[in-house]
Amino acid sequence: MSEVERHSYDVVVIGAGGAGLRAAIEARMQGMRTAVVCKSLFGKAHTVMAEGGIAASMGNVNSNDNWQVHFRDTMRGGKFLNHWRMAELHAQEAPDRVWELETWGALFDRTKDGRISQRNFGGHEYPRLAHVGDRTGLELIRTLQQKIVALQQEDEAEFGDPEARLKVFQEATVTRLLTVPDSGSEAGNRITGAFGYWRESGRFVVFEAPAIVLATGGIGKSFKVTSNSWEYTGDGQALALMAGASLINMEFVQFHPTGMVWPPSVKGILVTESVRGDGGVLTNSEGKRFMFDYIPDVFKEKYAKTEEEGDRWYTDPDNNRRPPELLPRDEVARAINSEVKAGRGTPHGGVYLDVSSRLPADVIRRKLPSMHHQFKELADVDITAEPMEVGPTCHYVMGGIEVDPDTAATPGVLGLYAAGEVAGGMHGSNRLGGNSLSDLLVFGRRAGLYAAEYVAELGDERRDVPQDQIDAAAAEAVGPFNNEGAENPYSVHQELQQTMNDLVGIIRREGEMAEALGRLEELKARAEKAGVEGHRQYNPGWHLAIDLRNMLLVSECIAKAALERTESRGGHTREDHPGMSADWRKVVLACTLADDGGHVDLVRRTPEPMRGDLLALFELDELKKYLTDAELPSAAPSAPDEETN
Amino acid sequence: MSYKANFRVWRGDVDSGELRDYTVEVNEGEVVLDIIHRLQATQAPDLAVRWNCKAGKCGSCSAEINGRPRLLCMTRMSTFSAEETITVTPMRTFPVVRDLVTDVSFNYTKARQVPSFTPPEGLKAGEYRMEQVDVERSQEFRKCIECFLCQNTCHVIRDFEDNKPAFSGPRYLMRIAELDMHPLDVADRQKAAQEEHGLGYCNITKCCTDVCPEHIKITDNALIPMKERVADRKYDPLVWLGDKILRRGKTQ
Repeated sequence: MSEVERHSYDVVVIGAGGAGLRAAIEARMQGMRTAVVCKSLFGKAHTVMAEGGIAASMGNVNSNDNWQVHFRDTMRGGKFLNHWRMAELHAQEAPDRVWELETWGALFDRTKDGRISQRNFGGHEYPRLAHVGDRTGLELIRTLQQKIVALQQEDEAEFGDPEARLKVFQEATVTRLLTVPDSGSEAGNRITGAFGYWRESGRFVVFEAPAIVLATGGIGKSFKVTSNSWEYTGDGQALALMAGASLINMEFVQFHPTGMVWPPSVKGILVTESVRGDGGVLTNSEGKRFMFDYIPDVFKEKYAKTEEEGDRWYTDPDNNRRPPELLPRDEVARAINSEVKAGRGTPHGGVYLDVSSRLPADVIRRKLPSMHHQFKELADVDITAEPMEVGPTCHYVMGGIEVDPDTAATPGVLGLYAAGEVAGGMHGSNRLGGNSLSDLLVFGRRAGLYAAEYVAELGDERRDVPQDQIDAAAAEAVGPFNNEGAENPYSVHQELQQTMNDLVGIIRREGEMAEALGRLEELKARAEKAGVEGHRQYNPGWHLAIDLRNMLLVSECIAKAALERTESRGGHTREDHPGMSADWRKVVLACTLADDGGHVDLVRRTPEPMRGDLLALFELDELKKYLTDAELPSAAPSAPDEETN
Repeated sequence: MSYKANFRVWRGDVDSGELRDYTVEVNEGEVVLDIIHRLQATQAPDLAVRWNCKAGKCGSCSAEINGRPRLLCMTRMSTFSAEETITVTPMRTFPVVRDLVTDVSFNYTKARQVPSFTPPEGLKAGEYRMEQVDVERSQEFRKCIECFLCQNTCHVIRDFEDNKPAFSGPRYLMRIAELDMHPLDVADRQKAAQEEHGLGYCNITKCCTDVCPEHIKITDNALIPMKERVADRKYDPLVWLGDKILRRGKTQ
């Protein structure tokens, strides 16, 4: 039996990116004693990488914008697979979440009349993204970090202890959620806490809490070419799965169309969509703006047919249609992939993204400072004078933990909440740029709020954390030290990344995915034998050996669901099933942990039909592209005016 | 275009440590962090290093390369010759945890001592109006990625451990300047900058500006203007008289 350090809180938030910090702020403001547990230093989370902006229909630049238009854009972007209630709440609440940031000290770029400026982005009908140059994610993290400091200063004044009600436990990794059976909940599990280790010392730590908010982000580290940092190892997805929750829509993985392709060591690093939003164009090795050849039928009426019209749109958006460089990300990524495959790529296997011939150098430096800096420092490319070379990079997982759309509670596990990238449903099969930061804020707040409400209803009732689970978690965590020299965790990780990249990547085929599932089994067996040397103090080889379990489990979910879904939609493209099927739109694939504990089972769920008043926001002709005849409303609604702009 | 580079990396913990030599492969376009990662994957699996984004955006991988404070992910190998030995050591100003990882809690403590943004009473969310030209000064400081290289290089604390309690360092003096220049912040910050955060210790050698990976002009745009604001106020005879009469400046 192991004696471990223990901390007791009302709400424990795992993850300190945008969703986690917003959840923690909310839980604390509701009066809960709240802890944030994060793998990195406070303020370093992956959210800092977000560049373009926060989508919110404030209507500061084009007053035609409103939540209904944002909702429509979000559903179209996700090819109608989104949980419509999440998309609705998101569109309705995003403006308040942005304005709130200003009261906490955020400094967004301004319009001429002093309001928050908004920029164009792929799939958004109007300029909608609140931004700070191209470093919006940093502004978001810093603002939330500073709000947490402000709350701690309040507690210091009131209690003489800044951490009395809100504490950040940084550089700690959670490896297991602790639960007890509970006859009251659907799946019969109830949260009692979480088990983890301090990265610095390797010592174990237990957080006792009746409510846990998972906000751990994504899964990109399972792929070789990714814009994601080392933290994105699918921790939250795996923790939830092992605690009894379901993961939905895991086949939908977003490959951002523009990642750096050269030099090799920076391959995958993100090149913001703002480059295109601000006028940048994509060309192939023949100098052609190829995106005009890739406008899919569902978007035909909404995008410019000629370069001239597309160029006019930047200054006169009311009378022209937008250029196809601003199609949703899945469309642009596939187009780039096709161009390179057809032999019209750049020397380093990408396409050209050029802003130098489109904007004056000083405007580029002002609007895209980080991109200018990034290319200059890392690739010796001056983007004010020459084009960038870009190609698709694994960027975001649309799928994630199944949650109640209003409360962010996971149906399977009482007391477990999830928000941000780790949660599924909001973005359907493809996320629009800018909808991530707003998602973090809207559902981070909701998760914190409803976790606090749940704990308040519990009163003083608490369940003990089961000692046998703590002992098992401790034994699991030190496992790699007993496997000395058997398998190198770094090699297993590299093979996993190669497998997912090659076989479950941007274009998918049945045989390759079946092969991937076979390889994943072999890798699982090898990961169990992964051995590490040295001691537990800040040992990256050990950390990776532990993370492999999560990456492999999540990769299995992605591959299994991708093999099952025999259609192409958003972030899931099947070469052998290229069409989108209205029947498949009515299917949500959910992964649960199999009884053996080491595999996942796949089950089909039927999504709840969209509410009539939301359906009425679309024209019948558009709905016909996505829905089965039986799902269509009987009378065609008249189109709102702004639709035709 | 691969070659074998000579690396010398500090290995150890709070008790003891040493520079250890490695010969390691380098490929075209790589940065120092790539080489550290290759060492982990091939020769030193337990080599401790902090990193996250590998794109110069999170400020985690701060260290000293050939004695100069830098981000490991933004230092390209092409800036060194193939024959050169590259020495990588942890930031010197902070206590070492292990290898290249240091205890940077000093910075979080100082952050908590700067009173937060204070908006005007009654100004509601959504009603904020600010001109772009007025937010730009503070926006420059908000580019800070908190890599703490400026804190590490500032000789006030790098060479004089005893100054740590009285001096918040360039990062947090800049934070005070950021709030002081925020168009809607109503708190009085100038006196505290001098008396509680040690603005007077700064003798504008611009070392902080030199090492800033975000190229923020910390000294010229934050620290010197802040010093001027403090001086204007301290030596303004009307303010001095007002303070005396109204007994505001108790400690002056």
